[in-house]
Amino acid sequence: MPAWILRGAAFSLSLVAGTAFAQTPTNVFDPAGTPARSTFGLSMLVLSITLVIFLIVAGLLLYALIRFRHRPTDSNREPAQIYGSNQIELSWTVIPILIVVTLFLTTTRVILGTQAIPKPASAMDVTVIGHQFWWEYRYPKSGVVTANELHVPISDPASPTPTYLTMSSADVSHSFWVPRLAGKMDLIPNRVNTMWIDPEATGLYLGQCAQYCGTQHAKMLLRVYAQSPQEFAAWIEQQNKPAQQEFPGNPAATEGQAVFMKNACINCHTVKGTVATGRFGPDLTHLASRDTIASGPIQNTPENLKKWVEDPNTMKPGSLMPAMHLNDHDLDVITAYLSQLH
Amino acid sequence: MTTTPVLEAIDETQETQGKQPLNVIYEWLTTVDHKKIGLMYIVYALIFLVIGGFEAILMRIQLAIPNNHFVSPQVFNQLFTMHGTTMVFFMGMPILFGMGNYLVPLMIGARDMAFPRLNAFSFWISAFAGLLLYFSYIGGSGLYAAGSAPDVGWFAYAPLTSKVFSPGHSTDYWTLAVFLSGIGSIGTALNIVTTILCMRCKGMKMSRMPLLPWLYLVMSCLVFVAVSPLTAAQVMLTLDRYLGAHFFDTQAGGSAILWMHFFWIFGHPEVYVLVLPAFAFANEIIPVFSRKAMFGYPAMVAASVSIGFISLSVWAHHMFTAGLGPAGNTFFVFATMVISVPTGIKIFNWLATIWGGKIIFAVPMMFMIGFLFQFLIAGLTGIMLSAAPFDWQLSASYFVVAHFHYVLVGAIVFSLFSAFYYWYPKVTGKMMSETLGKWHFWLFLIGFHLTFDFMHVPGILGMPRRIYTYEAGRGWDTLNFIIGIGAIFQAAGTLVLVYNMIHSYYKGKDAGHDPWDAWTLEWSVPSPPPSYNFAIEPTVNSRRPLWDIKHPEDPDSDYES
Ligand code: HEM
Ligand SMILES: [Cu+2]
Repeated sequence: MPAWILRGAAFSLSLVAGTAFAQTPTNVFDPAGTPARSTFGLSMLVLSITLVIFLIVAGLLLYALIRFRHRPTDSNREPAQIYGSNQIELSWTVIPILIVVTLFLTTTRVILGTQAIPKPASAMDVTVIGHQFWWEYRYPKSGVVTANELHVPISDPASPTPTYLTMSSADVSHSFWVPRLAGKMDLIPNRVNTMWIDPEATGLYLGQCAQYCGTQHAKMLLRVYAQSPQEFAAWIEQQNKPAQQEFPGNPAATEGQAVFMKNACINCHTVKGTVATGRFGPDLTHLASRDTIASGPIQNTPENLKKWVEDPNTMKPGSLMPAMHLNDHDLDVITAYLSQLH
Repeated sequence: MTTTPVLEAIDETQETQGKQPLNVIYEWLTTVDHKKIGLMYIVYALIFLVIGGFEAILMRIQLAIPNNHFVSPQVFNQLFTMHGTTMVFFMGMPILFGMGNYLVPLMIGARDMAFPRLNAFSFWISAFAGLLLYFSYIGGSGLYAAGSAPDVGWFAYAPLTSKVFSPGHSTDYWTLAVFLSGIGSIGTALNIVTTILCMRCKGMKMSRMPLLPWLYLVMSCLVFVAVSPLTAAQVMLTLDRYLGAHFFDTQAGGSAILWMHFFWIFGHPEVYVLVLPAFAFANEIIPVFSRKAMFGYPAMVAASVSIGFISLSVWAHHMFTAGLGPAGNTFFVFATMVISVPTGIKIFNWLATIWGGKIIFAVPMMFMIGFLFQFLIAGLTGIMLSAAPFDWQLSASYFVVAHFHYVLVGAIVFSLFSAFYYWYPKVTGKMMSETLGKWHFWLFLIGFHLTFDFMHVPGILGMPRRIYTYEAGRGWDTLNFIIGIGAIFQAAGTLVLVYNMIHSYYKGKDAGHDPWDAWTLEWSVPSPPPSYNFAIEPTVNSRRPLWDIKHPEDPDSDYES
């Protein structure tokens, strides 16, 4: 049996190591930003210390189990009774204390290095507001408001541009977690939390809400687009424009716009430059510039948009957007309109 | 000078023998005998174990493959809420209280608990609380809108529980059920503390008391300190929901963090409330099957008491991601890491107890060996999580789910199973089948490791907990499939246990007084013990009174300071 345990342990360890270092979009052990990287360093230290402790203690235990098992050849006598030993017990009190102190000091350094360093003047600011079940992003300096897809500039050590996230919640608690960039931080109503990220390379970083927030907690996904400073500036500029208002040569979109403005859509959604100024749902001003809808799980295609507006709950059960009971024609033209909001 | 504990069989006919079934039922319903109450606790907890396990299986089926539609998100959210609540409040606490109820008076040479009627009251109110929780499936939205069990999580974070976000009554069922079970727990804890402090037999100084009652003493004190704030929080939440108070109602300016503090000031010590009895069983069983005295008894007592104290100051390690700030985080990192020192002492002392022994691999010892290895791993992943930045990454992920199931299943349930096999002969007078026991052990061990070893990995790969589905392509699929298979092995193992318990009751070998050649007082009375436990009040001179009787040439009392 002990051999079985040993083999099993070896097998699972190799499997764990193999999979844990796999290239997956949300692997904690594949950091791509400073906070995630310093956490990774600490994790490796803690992992190796605990692994050594495990090997020693489990080894001793296994040895004892094999060496001191009752053998049929044994005379029936009980073994010698040993009641304790102050020296030995003192040693396994003091050594763990030393290990704890070491671990504590290292951990403290990482905590302070992440949570207590001054914010550089070059930092970007984004306000993140959690909603059931989507994300709102506001860029206070430029006035851009968007949803579900966060764009940030990359940050290189020569000219660091970390993005500072100021986070709160409009309803219940949520948690912002993009594993390759940083650990998670909760968004709690009536409270402002902050964290920062500084992606090293351009690309898309995935994550998702990590605090149970109700029915669709599972589909409150996070997408962070890290862009070069030029791309990012261009994106900001594009997002800053008001929504397109005229659709020459596209009567469906023009009609769709009218239908949209006549319906309750405008109570919950904003389309900048129009009468739609609702705040309950995501800002739709530049909806068509986003890759996904409904905070990640659905590709932003005209068919999906149509299905979504027809009845959000079939695509994302529990979503707080109601079905609008539009007829097929209206759905088509609204889709045509939404598809033009670049 | 030495009055021997009663080793001879007491001629005692079973009180219930030859009675009408109705009378038997009546007797159980009205009993104030600590042993009968203990057994009722255990049976009721086993029923909830099966229910909670069933819920777990449903969840694992749903998560076995990506984008599964086996259950709806609403049902899944109810499942994990009910599973957590059931396992903590209606399986873990009652089963451990049941064991304590049965064993503590016997082990300290008392005839019953200090307050037998309070004991019965505590049991019945806890049992009622469990029923109430499940009645929510019928009554949560009124009889005609059935099917709204609580879905706010067993931790019920504010403000998801406020009227705005949780209309209907499902949350009220959760609140009331947990509140009532808390009352029952506090009653039982009071009883255990009083019994241990006031009713030990002659000669049993605190320093001669077996370790099991010691740990139950610490555990019960923790129950007072931990469950009371939870009970207060339940009252506050109800005030919020029905009388317009705004403690946790954030829409009206209340505080979500306040609930977190209340909840974890309960929730963290609660882990120790559950694990201390598991230590207690280990302290009794490991020495007997190693044939050695417990190594370092005073250190074990000191470690248990300090675990009790330190556990009260670590709660905010559940809140590392709530934005406590660097100072708060650092303090709770320290407190959490420090608790690993007394815990380590325990593991080393168990190791030293085994060292130089003549180990007998009977089923109780096999489960204890599983307990030792798994608790070691649980402790080590606990140290990892106590390093706050590591926790920022992995809290609320499947890594944490793996970690605490290592504690709850790997340590507590294994220790409990061990205790079942160990004390079953005392309770029923019959031995449990060793063959079935080994089947149970191996099925459960394999299932446990398939499920919970692999569960660490999706956490590292970014899988949050409490999600009802996920997309393919994150590296989570295969792992979740294996995890699901493990869950089924564990279920099979548990069914073997239940079968074994029933089968052995009718077909088991007779156990006699002392089948394991053990040393504590409960083995000096017949199996099952008569309702008054001891014909003559025993007197003890050492921590192992039966050892002294069996080895008069070399009694323990010579070595104890
Ligand atoms: C016909 C009118 C409407 C249209 C065309 C419309 C369109 C959309 C679209 C395209 C999205 C996805 C946005 C994104 O992911 O960035 C969305 C999401 C959302 N909408 Fe609407 N909407 C309408 C009406 C409403 C109304 C009346 C409400 C409020 C009661 C509402 C609340 C929401 C919410 C809460 C979400 C986020 C859902 C989630 O991801 O879980 N919408 N809507
Ligand atoms: Cu969320």
